[in-house]
Amino acid sequence: MRGPESARLAVVYADFECPYCAALELRLRELPLRVAFRHFPVRSSHPRAWPAARAAEAAGLQGRFWEMHDALFADQGRLEDPHLWAHAERLGLDIDRFEADRRSAVVAERIQRDFDEGLRAGVATTPAGFVDGRPVDLRQASTMQSISFRE
Amino acid sequence: MTPAPDFSLATEEGGRFERADLLGHTTVLVFYPFAFSPVCTDQLNLYEEVQDEFAQRGARLFGVSCDSTWTQKAFKSQLGITIPQLSDWEPKGATCRAFGVYHPAGFPQRALVLIGADGVVEWSYEADSPGDLPGANLIFDALQAA
Repeated sequence: MRGPESARLAVVYADFECPYCAALELRLRELPLRVAFRHFPVRSSHPRAWPAARAAEAAGLQGRFWEMHDALFADQGRLEDPHLWAHAERLGLDIDRFEADRRSAVVAERIQRDFDEGLRAGVATTPAGFVDGRPVDLRQASTMQSISFRE
Repeated sequence: MTPAPDFSLATEEGGRFERADLLGHTTVLVFYPFAFSPVCTDQLNLYEEVQDEFAQRGARLFGVSCDSTWTQKAFKSQLGITIPQLSDWEPKGATCRAFGVYHPAGFPQRALVLIGADGVVEWSYEADSPGDLPGANLIFDALQAA
């Protein structure tokens, strides 16, 4: 979760290989919102979304989730393992721990839990989101010049 | 609840899939407008992700469209999915019409039909628009209620 504590809460379901999600992330940074990120990787759509999600969660275990999140979205064409290691090194992570964590059951369960919760809430594509608990068509919004959650 | 209508669809293997093939299994027919179109791609990818969970609940899924079997097989191969495909190619849309999901513009409306092991339609859903993607939660809810 990041953003001002007093701001409205946006829960965003996304995956790191989804181009619409990357576009949305850029927009979200400009908006006065508190953002909670939820993983929604679909293997046959985006084969590297799961490994990327695991890398973000592993970085999170060293307190650097958002830094890895931003790095992954900033370079979506390069999500293979050597690129993930390069990100981890740049962020100053303990690489051995990063390697162990990203392959761990704890990290996999965390991502699966996000996915299952999203699925139950009716998420079908990425990005999908909820602002103040209400579904918002983020896929549409991410392509628009300006986005406003205030109707 | 009404019995499933008589119908006949072409399988990927060159056979037919008909009403009698529903008996003894819980079946979900996923009617989708066009192979290779964006929303159908997202929809089948999403359902593929939870295929195991459908199977755990005793349900088998089939994709149904008016595309030819060759097109469906190429679509399936491109996506890298395992959901079996059934073709309503000839006479075109006959099964879609039997289930009441044939769009006037000549393709299946996006619809889901859950049929019990006794061949009775237990639940169905038609998207408001062919561009709407029904979440997998609808199927899980229907399976739970059935």
